[in-house]
Amino acid sequence: MTSGWSLYITLFTLAFMIGACWLVWWQRKGSPGGVGFGESMGHDFDGIQELNNPLPRWWLGTFLGSILFAAAYLVLYPGLGAYQGLLGWSSRGQYDGEMKDVEAKYGPLYDRYAGMAIPALLAEEQALRIGERVFANNCARCHGADARGGVGFPDLTDDDWLFGGEPDVIKATIAAGRIGVMPPFAPAIGGEAGIPAVVAYVRSLSGQSGDAQLIEQGKAKFQAVCFACHGVDGKGNKVLGAPNLTDDIWLFGGKPDDIAFGLRNGRTAQMPAHADLLDARKVHLVAAYVYSLSHAPTEEAGRAGGKPPRAEADDEHEKDRDSQ
Amino acid sequence: MSHEIVEKRIGLMGLLIILVVSGGGLAEIVPLFSQVEVTAPIEGMKPLGALELEGRDIYMREGCNVCHTQMIRPLRAETERYGHYSLGGESVWEHPFLWGSKRTGPDLARVGARYSDDWHRVHLRNPRDVVPESNMPAFTWLEGASLDASGTGGKMKALRMVGVPYTDDDIAGAAATVTGKNELDALVAYLQQLGTILKGKR
Repeated sequence: MTSGWSLYITLFTLAFMIGACWLVWWQRKGSPGGVGFGESMGHDFDGIQELNNPLPRWWLGTFLGSILFAAAYLVLYPGLGAYQGLLGWSSRGQYDGEMKDVEAKYGPLYDRYAGMAIPALLAEEQALRIGERVFANNCARCHGADARGGVGFPDLTDDDWLFGGEPDVIKATIAAGRIGVMPPFAPAIGGEAGIPAVVAYVRSLSGQSGDAQLIEQGKAKFQAVCFACHGVDGKGNKVLGAPNLTDDIWLFGGKPDDIAFGLRNGRTAQMPAHADLLDARKVHLVAAYVYSLSHAPTEEAGRAGGKPPRAEADDEHEKDRDSQ
Repeated sequence: MSHEIVEKRIGLMGLLIILVVSGGGLAEIVPLFSQVEVTAPIEGMKPLGALELEGRDIYMREGCNVCHTQMIRPLRAETERYGHYSLGGESVWEHPFLWGSKRTGPDLARVGARYSDDWHRVHLRNPRDVVPESNMPAFTWLEGASLDASGTGGKMKALRMVGVPYTDDDIAGAAATVTGKNELDALVAYLQQLGTILKGKR
């Protein structure tokens, strides 16, 4: 703020305060024109008379009190132009102080967990609960409060991963985001006529029944086109985020129409990058929480790599959703 | 009877009333007109593109600002949820501004890049599909309504008159950018850029 504006504000504010004081002083005598208190001012409106009564004491007290309050406020807090006030208070200073207090309180805790490997955090109930809160505030809008996802948003509880489920990969996914793209492929597989065959073959990969001839035709097309990302065996490619097609877990639904839609129009799924949005220590904790959804802590001691106990229930859930 | 000087001259009384009533504004608002903090754009800020500008108009037409503010206050409870508090410099090209103090839905000042485009499309079509507890209305008609490209350049010209630095190229290319897009495209494009210049980790 320039000194000119500072002076303008200061003079304006003080002039108003002095003006208010002067108004009270000017009107302090209750006898304008020699009319005593309680006597008529000589104004008569349809029988209603104006009497010369003094200002009520409580009202005058409140008025003067307000002026005193303003004076004290302007001495202690910023208000008079560039003057910062005796207390040195500012809204930004209060905010920064609050953030510093919080960092002093919780910072060591975050730092401690940030120094621990994610598999080790599975045994830390508090770390997982913090991770759960971070998840609820930042991730649940897409992946759901129960982390089971939805159409186009992956289920994080089933230990089936598009880009990989190792702790570091989960962290990288959260920090840098992911984009999974499948271009429209109808022209490459023989147009509309080729779609039912590829759909039948893709469904057969996860054990769904279909016309044997169609499946055979579809297989040839798949091996010529789709294998590039999904692999010859249809098991996907985690580098590209190409889904495994053999496990009956479907990101966009596994009904023939859903698969045909993807072949015709392509699919794009994006996970936004969170490195600029979230503190790195919180990314670490939320990665641990996501990892914990498909890994029991006891399993970590001697990880054999088997499916966690809840995986079966998840598969059931997946089928339910697809059949809706 | 000195107060009669004021009481019996209605013109003088009117003048004094105007002076008293405008006192607060003269001391608190007028100086802001020349403060750099509220008149200069923050570093890296660009005027809204043609599609985003149309999206902003749809945002206002649908009354999104009635439930969603675009103003994060410098309070920890807000910055932990929404990100860096809003700065005056972020709003210098806003005509009209879309701040507010009543939040029915969450603040959107920094909603840009937090969700995928597809999430916004699903969410605008039917919020319950992704947020089961949401009470936001579904905006099903946006997708089927194509944008009228004929007005975009004119809007930019009008905004340039009040200080938004659109170039002649921006205005000339506006119609081409908007043609063929629907209202949902525009609204998503607008939402995805909100508050993305200032980074602040939560």
